[in-house]
Order: sequence, then C-alpha cells, then structure tokens
Amino acid sequence: MTVLEDYLPIFTGKTLEELHTILARYPNKQAALLPTLWIAQRERGWISDRTMAEVAEVLGVTPAYVKGVVTFYTMYHQHPVGKNFVQVCTTSPCNIRGAEGVVKAFLEQTGAGDAGATSQDGKWTIVEVECLGACGFATPVLVNDDFLENVTPEKVPEIVKKYR
Amino acid sequence: MGFPHKPHPKETVVLSQYFGDADARTYKGWTKRGGYQALAQALKTDPVAVTDIVKESGLRGRGGAGFPTGLKWSFMPKEKKKAHYLCVNADESEPGTFKDREIMRWTPHALLEGTAIAAHAIRAEVVYIYIRGEFTEPWTIMEQALAEANAAGVFGTIKVYLHRGAGAYICGEETALMNSIEGKRGNPRIKPPFPAAAGLFGLPTTINNVETLAAVPHIITRGAAWYKSLCLSNPKSTGTKLFSVCGHVQRPGNYEVTLGFPLKDLIYDMCGGPPAGRTLKACIPGGSSVPILTREETEACLLDYEGVVERGSMLGSGGVIVFDDSADMVYQIMRLAKFYAHESCAQCTQCREGTAWTTKILERILAGQGKPKDLDLLLDLAENMTGKTICVLSDSCAAPVVSGIKKFRGEFEAYLAGKRQVVMV
Repeated sequence: MTVLEDYLPIFTGKTLEELHTILARYPNKQAALLPTLWIAQRERGWISDRTMAEVAEVLGVTPAYVKGVVTFYTMYHQHPVGKNFVQVCTTSPCNIRGAEGVVKAFLEQTGAGDAGATSQDGKWTIVEVECLGACGFATPVLVNDDFLENVTPEKVPEIVKKYR
Repeated sequence: MGFPHKPHPKETVVLSQYFGDADARTYKGWTKRGGYQALAQALKTDPVAVTDIVKESGLRGRGGAGFPTGLKWSFMPKEKKKAHYLCVNADESEPGTFKDREIMRWTPHALLEGTAIAAHAIRAEVVYIYIRGEFTEPWTIMEQALAEANAAGVFGTIKVYLHRGAGAYICGEETALMNSIEGKRGNPRIKPPFPAAAGLFGLPTTINNVETLAAVPHIITRGAAWYKSLCLSNPKSTGTKLFSVCGHVQRPGNYEVTLGFPLKDLIYDMCGGPPAGRTLKACIPGGSSVPILTREETEACLLDYEGVVERGSMLGSGGVIVFDDSADMVYQIMRLAKFYAHESCAQCTQCREGTAWTTKILERILAGQGKPKDLDLLLDLAENMTGKTICVLSDSCAAPVVSGIKKFRGEFEAYLAGKRQVVMV
C-alpha cells in the first residue's frame, strides 16, 4: 500500500465517468453501492476504511452503512490480498471429488501457509470458498478473474507457474 | 449433455441445442438460428395474451420453487400506475447446480430474448440481470451479448442492466436479491408484501430464473400445446429441464430431459453411473437444500415436481449430487451444514444459531467426541429450524440432516460408538 494511494482519490477522470454511467442505471445513488465497491476494489486491490469513506461520500451514504454492506459480501476484501487471489471451491460436490487436495497443493506450491494468509512475497492468497457453481467440473478454481475447471492437485504446479 | 457437448440419444434437446457452438453466442449467429423471432411475435401480441400462452404451457419456475411462471406474471398489477421491474435471477449458487451458467455461457441471447418477452408481458421498463460475482466468464459473455442486442435495438424502450453480486448464496432468494440490487445487505424480506405488489424499490416486480426465461421463446414460437406435450409423467410438470449432475459419476455435466424422466436412467445411462467398481449409495436430486434419497429411492424416482416429492424429496433446481459407497455421509452432511452456517444472513435466530450449532455438533461427532443424545439434539434443532424463519435457508440446512440421520443412522451411530473416526481437515 503505497503512500500515493492515500492522496489520490479513486473517482477522478475515467473512473468518475464510469461511476456516472453506473449511477444512471439506478433510481437512487445507494443502489449503485455494489458496482461502486467493485470499482474501488479493482482500483485499490481491497476495501480499506478510507476507501469505504470515499465510496460513502460519492454515494451520499454514511461510511458505517458502507461497512455494513462490505462485511456482508465475501468477495470484497477487507484486508490486502496477494497479487494472485485464488478461490478454491470445497463445498460437498467438490469435496467428494478431492477439493481439499487442491487447496493443499496450492498452499504448498505457493508458500502461502494457511488458507486466508498471504505468502511472504505478496504474490499469493489462497482461500477456500463455498460453491462456485461449477460442480460438474470439480474442482473449479478462480485465480483472480480466471475461472479454471477440473483442477486436480497434479495440475496445480503448472497453474502456479503460469501466474507466478 | 456432458462435456464435450454431444447430446445423449435419450436427451430432449431444446435449451441446450447450441451448447458448445460458439457462433450461437453472437447476435448474428443467434438470428441466423432463428433467434429473436419469438420476440418479434410476442411484441405483436397483447401482454395479457403472452402471459396466457405461458400459463397454458404449464411452464414452472426452474430456480427451485417450481411456481407456475404465467401465473406469477399475472400477479403484476392489471392497471399500470407505477413503474414495473423485472429481475433475472442469475445468482446460481445452490450447491450441485450449474445450468444457468451454461445457458449464459453458450446462449446469452436466448436469455436476453426470454427477458425481453417477459418484460413485455409484465410491462416492465427496467430489467436487472443479477449475476453472481464469481461468474466472471458468463458476465463477460452476457455483457458482450447485451451490447450487441442494444445496438440492434432488440429491447426498444426497455432498459436492461447487468448487476454483479459479490459472494452471498442468500442473494439467490428473491427478496434478498432485490435488497442486494438496492445496495443493501442481502437480507431476505418478510412476505407479504410479495414482489408483484411491492418489490424492487418498493415497486411491482417479477423475478424469474435464467432457465425459466430461456424456455419462453420456444413456447412463443412453437406454442403452448407443444410445450405441454413434453411430459412423461405428471401433467402438472411440462417441458424440458436441464439437470446438472455432479459428484460420483463418470460423465458429469448438464443433461436436458423431458420432465418425468427416470432419475435412474440419467445417472446410469447418461452419466455412466459411479466410477468402476463402486456402487450408488445416495443422491440429492434438486440441489443441496432438498432431502437426500437412498439408492432404492433414487432408482425409483421420476424427475418431475410431483415425482420427486413422491420419493420424499424435491426437484428443486435440478442439481443432482451423486454419492457412491466411498462417501462418508456424516462428513458430507456436516460439509453441507457448514455451507449453510457460512451462508446464513444471520437475521433470524433459528437460522444463525441453528446452522452453526448443527455444524458444531456434526463436527464433534466426526471427531469422536459425540454424545449419545447428539442425534436427538440434531433432530430437535432441525425441527426448530423448519418453517420458522423469514426465508428457507434454515429449512435447507435441516433437510439433509433430518433425511441423513433417518436414512444413514448406522453411520452416525458408528461414530458415536467410537467405531469410526475421521481426521478433520
């Protein structure tokens, strides 16, 4: 988290235009909260208290309200994550096809340590998530925005190599 | 059909006809395949008449509840005084279900066409398509398709927007979904008022599932009588349905069959049954929220709304999870309970506490720390979790626990007697 981040507002220039396009889709500003948080996370990598305050400001709601919403949805990061954010589905249909082994392989191959922790080089955060909605292609894994299917522990080293 | 996409001879391919055909994703490719003709036809028809056709067809909601679609549409105010909304539920997150994802990935225009027809029927001027946050690929494809459709003027004066979820199973519940679009926590609302009276932003709203809407264009062009004729068992269940099959089968995937089709044939003939040398033990036929079936019940089950109920479960979303004899049912039920504990929105006590305690008790049974009365305690908890909350997430957690203890009691008792133990991962 660089010092610069503290001083540059998120919603300027093209990002502000993007915000206006989104605002036009809803009858009130509050409804634009989820998409606005998505932009903020894309720009900042995570949603800090400062970011929540900034989002609150542009949408005319309180920072506490924004926090209430951020904490409800699991995809908004409330702390910084690695450059590669890996979500492995471990719900029942994936579990019976060996998803736990996939998690283990990712943790070992990336040096991330524990699920939810970030590797020391800042490159990897591995998390277990509930159903990704691709049960027939077990185990599905989201690496950042890339949706990978049929991942097995054997395929993990190659995936890690690709994103390293 | 499994993957790669090649229909099995026993499938009735309607919705999945163009799965795997990348050209069908484009506007040009879709119109070349007869796309948007149903919309043109619907726009020339009075909204009430369109609703009547869908009513007549017998189409029922494919998201899980199975509510008659035409009837739902007819609940919208007859006299239009306020703005009307249509919400498309593409928050597919019921464990075991992955059909809407395939519809959006391969036939985004089928969904958009059905959406436009529904918006016409309920006289909505704004549509929100709520896509779960994890569906990055379907999102990109839908965004592209929507841009093309807008450029071609498909929607006329109707505005269609995509809205991205952010990781919350409960947002698939219709009132939670509306709250999420309004920029709120995804807490379900108390009904009534029902969405048709006071829904999104307090205005009349209809919410339909992706698969339901994708079926609508076919009903318009081929007629209600044709759709009604697609029926193998109970006349109250008509049309085709995509079944997502996963777990212990050799060929998992989405298979489209006429309602009333035998579950046995789906699992054994189409999906190849369990891996070699193993046998079927249990099956969850309609997504993780419905009761578990034993092997005998599974093999006798017909896949329609009534047929599955007859065997003691529900058709739900059509997510078929298959367990073979290698599956530890106690562990699997704990894993499902853990899902609901994680996904509870926590506003109702029975659900917040019930899902968490159910998971804790199952975990201690698995760890060899179970107490003799734990099974009764679980059943007592489940009873208090059923029919007592704002939405059915709590009931959904109770369903596999109750049916699991009833049907696989021996496995639970083996843990309690110290004859069995797993290492928790």
